[in-house]
Amino acid sequence: METPKPAEFAHLGKSVIIRGELSGSEDLYVDGQVEGTIELQGNNLIIGPNGQVKANVNAKGVVVQGKLEGNIRASERAELKKSAIAVGDISTQRVAIEDGAYFKGRVDIHKDAKSAAAQPEMVDNKRA
Amino acid sequence: MASVTHSFMKLFRGSSGAPEPSPSTPSKQRLSRRSSGLGELDRYLKSQEGLCILDLGSTSPSNIGYLTGLGHKVYSEDLLIASTDSTLATQDEQGNQVLDSRRFLAENLEYTAAQFDAVLCWNLPDYLDESLVKPVVGRLWSLLKPGGMLLAFFHTRDAGPDAPCYRFHIVNSDTLEMQHIGMKREVRKGPTGAVHTSVGDTFRLQRVFNNRHIENLFRDFASIKFFLARDNIREVLAVR
Repeated sequence: METPKPAEFAHLGKSVIIRGELSGSEDLYVDGQVEGTIELQGNNLIIGPNGQVKANVNAKGVVVQGKLEGNIRASERAELKKSAIAVGDISTQRVAIEDGAYFKGRVDIHKDAKSAAAQPEMVDNKRA
Repeated sequence: MASVTHSFMKLFRGSSGAPEPSPSTPSKQRLSRRSSGLGELDRYLKSQEGLCILDLGSTSPSNIGYLTGLGHKVYSEDLLIASTDSTLATQDEQGNQVLDSRRFLAENLEYTAAQFDAVLCWNLPDYLDESLVKPVVGRLWSLLKPGGMLLAFFHTRDAGPDAPCYRFHIVNSDTLEMQHIGMKREVRKGPTGAVHTSVGDTFRLQRVFNNRHIENLFRDFASIKFFLARDNIREVLAVR
């Protein structure tokens, strides 16, 4: 699965602050502050470099570039970019963590019984 | 939900002026290293699936990938970074500067007793503040299941105080890549809210353990096995 393009996402700018349950049926890019829960089952979430999220997240794909305190349940893939600071548990089919990302929590890889077996995918930008 | 690293949660506070520690800066070059201790641990890890592994080094995509590829759950917690929280500083009864080990353990290593099948300490005991070493090892003993294994690396007496601090990445069953941890970048907010950056020294070797010190450190464990490598690193595999 390629990382989706943010231009096609619903967008929460960095001045936006939301407290409560955030849910939707489209892809979402969060560059502001969210505290609560984020439910995007079947869709993708990107936490931008300015994003500060204190919420459990449930989505198809999750990309973290900013700060996340909460658990990630990603039915397909979770990705932590090198600028990510993520504290919480990750449950997904595939996880990609760039070198430089900070992560504290549990990684649990599960294989969807309905799809072909998925292998954990590591993105390790160790060579210049 | 996993427990929260108090120092990193300061990042979520507004303009409180609290310091914002950031991950240490890794260099890009890596050195390859064979590890007999890892090799022995790896045999244990491949004996069954679904084990719980605790990695106490810097976040390593390689380690997470390797261990989850074996079918295990991986917990990642960078204790060295956590120990740099300046609010841990306190004084003991003699007025010496120490770190508050009780508070450190209240905010870190918060897991159910006997939860883990293996713990990867890497070089943590060598670089961790003196006041935290024994309490941390004691906590790790309680977190390990009976028969669980702990892997740790110790410098031999040939190492000086400037011995470089490395991150360790698992490449395969008995091979590691060592990545030097360079300068630490710290971000602090001044009284006006302006952001200031400063560069601190990398982690310094705190002490050199001899065999007796190591045996004493792990005295509550059922067995300890030593592996001496050519690069003057003593690998220790302790079994609860």
